[in-house]
Amino acid sequence: MSGPPGIQETRAAYRAGIITPRRKALFFAAMAAVGLVLPFAVYPVFLMNVLVMALFASAFNLLLGYTGLLSFGHAAFLGSAAYVTGGVVKYWGLPVELGLLAGTAFATALGWIIGGLAIRRAGIYFAMITLGFAQMVYFLVVQMPWTGGEDGLQGIPRGKLLGLLPLSGNLTMYYFVYAIFLGGFFLVYRTIHSPFGHVLRAIRENEPRALSLGYDVNRYKLVAFVISAGLAGLAGSTKALVLQFAALTDVHWHRSGEVVLMTLLGGMGTVMGPSVGALVVITLENYLAGFGDWVTIITGAVFVVGVLAFRRGFVGEALRMLRNFPF
Amino acid sequence: MAQALFGQLLIGLINGSFYALLSLGLAIIFGLLNIVNFAHGALYMVGAFAAWFALEALGIGYWPALLLAPASVFLLGVVIERTMLRRLYQLDNLYGLLLTFGLTLILEGLFHHRYGNSGNSYPVPELLQGGTHLGFMFLPKYRAWVVVVSLAVCFASWWVIERTKLGSYLRAGTENPRLLQAFGVNVPLMFTLTYGFGVALAGFAGVMAAPIYQVTPAMGSNLVIVVFAVVVIGGMGSILGSIVTGVGLGLVEGLTKFLHPPAASTVVFVVMAVVLLVRPAGLFGRER
Repeated sequence: MSGPPGIQETRAAYRAGIITPRRKALFFAAMAAVGLVLPFAVYPVFLMNVLVMALFASAFNLLLGYTGLLSFGHAAFLGSAAYVTGGVVKYWGLPVELGLLAGTAFATALGWIIGGLAIRRAGIYFAMITLGFAQMVYFLVVQMPWTGGEDGLQGIPRGKLLGLLPLSGNLTMYYFVYAIFLGGFFLVYRTIHSPFGHVLRAIRENEPRALSLGYDVNRYKLVAFVISAGLAGLAGSTKALVLQFAALTDVHWHRSGEVVLMTLLGGMGTVMGPSVGALVVITLENYLAGFGDWVTIITGAVFVVGVLAFRRGFVGEALRMLRNFPF
Repeated sequence: MAQALFGQLLIGLINGSFYALLSLGLAIIFGLLNIVNFAHGALYMVGAFAAWFALEALGIGYWPALLLAPASVFLLGVVIERTMLRRLYQLDNLYGLLLTFGLTLILEGLFHHRYGNSGNSYPVPELLQGGTHLGFMFLPKYRAWVVVVSLAVCFASWWVIERTKLGSYLRAGTENPRLLQAFGVNVPLMFTLTYGFGVALAGFAGVMAAPIYQVTPAMGSNLVIVVFAVVVIGGMGSILGSIVTGVGLGLVEGLTKFLHPPAASTVVFVVMAVVLLVRPAGLFGRER
């Protein structure tokens, strides 16, 4: 009865010898290699969308899966970073690297403010507070004159990487995004498996005990929140460059819900879960794009079914199957 | 000048009564079921649409709708509780939030699919048309009616919960449902009825709102986020606290609309930030 089912399955898989360091290294190497050749088989813009959302969901999972904090306002970080990056690249003519940095820095600072306020209340209130502040960010974005309101911020140039390599081609852009994703994913992975990450898990399992052991619980929560917000911002900044516009949908609470759905479907508290969830949800949305309202209805239905009957997520279920039929 | 100020304060008072009705329902549901009902806004929307549909398709007017719409929302709530929420009581309460979030998407999507984006207007009932001049402002009858009735329903709920035997069961269930069950009270049924009653309050607010605002599929979801902020500010510990906070924040919003209109949509969240800094448990809350 400790933690999300995904984490329990992961632990059981370790104990049963399904996951070994060797297999893990092989798996990650294989996945990385697949990522290198995939754009030759699949439309790169679709893949970039998946990668960006996978990074977003992985950052989110650091909070929900490993710290036990449900942020219902993560779109605020994704969306605001997209607007900041778009703004400084388009209006100030800054190079893309500085644009990414500005967006990420903004989301990090915003995460520090919102996180600092939200951790003052525990449990389900935390979700409501983050949702409220995200809504506030949404209203501010709607009202500010340079964001383009309902139209979004359009015509963001992709520019040249380091002033040399033009990113206008989708294939070049893909490898740039892929590098960002791998970097962000690695950072999440390292955070989870660091001593810091173990303290986070201790907090999730039993906060009073962690407190009595002398850990400054609120400080740990805040740092986890800031890291998560910063990485969500990195995802948002990258997204703005990929699509060349920043849209209101990225700050809307639907987006905050979507990242919860990705994490839930893929497997809360598993390293690969959020990425798998992002792939599934983006693919689903891609196929349903022509059906208008049915996207929302089906997303809602998937949510309901996921909560009622699929709490382990794809990765959790896969690990369980591997455990029951060992190879 | 004064006309505009009082006009905005009246709108604030109306919004505040809706905040009070909605946060009251949320607090009752959360107290007993330990579930944060994200679908509250969507069910408010269903209530408004039920009244509109009754008038458009069946010719049923405002007065019967005032009873029928909350009743239909009540039934919908009973179905939701029996078929879905019931399976989540043993789990972390974040699943309840996620499930009701999914329901919100389904309900909003369905109504959007059927009725589109544009607002449907609902006429003010004949008896309550027109208004009176109070000297310093014009008071439309319907708006006065909304404030009075909403607050009356709020206080009636408070009275039932705090002063009657039925309410004492509810409070006992909030403290310790298993012990209450050991005393022979049908607790699962009570859970169902409580959820139904809580969302019926939202449906009732929906009918009251129909003649004032446009009836649209999205009318509830933006509202519910503000109501969450109201709940954070007030704390879910006390019922009178929910009512006072709801009305107070509505007035603050109205005042902001008069002083600096662009800030009106965000002022509640600013208040939330201040309260979190000064009194993290909420104005009327106890940490639990």
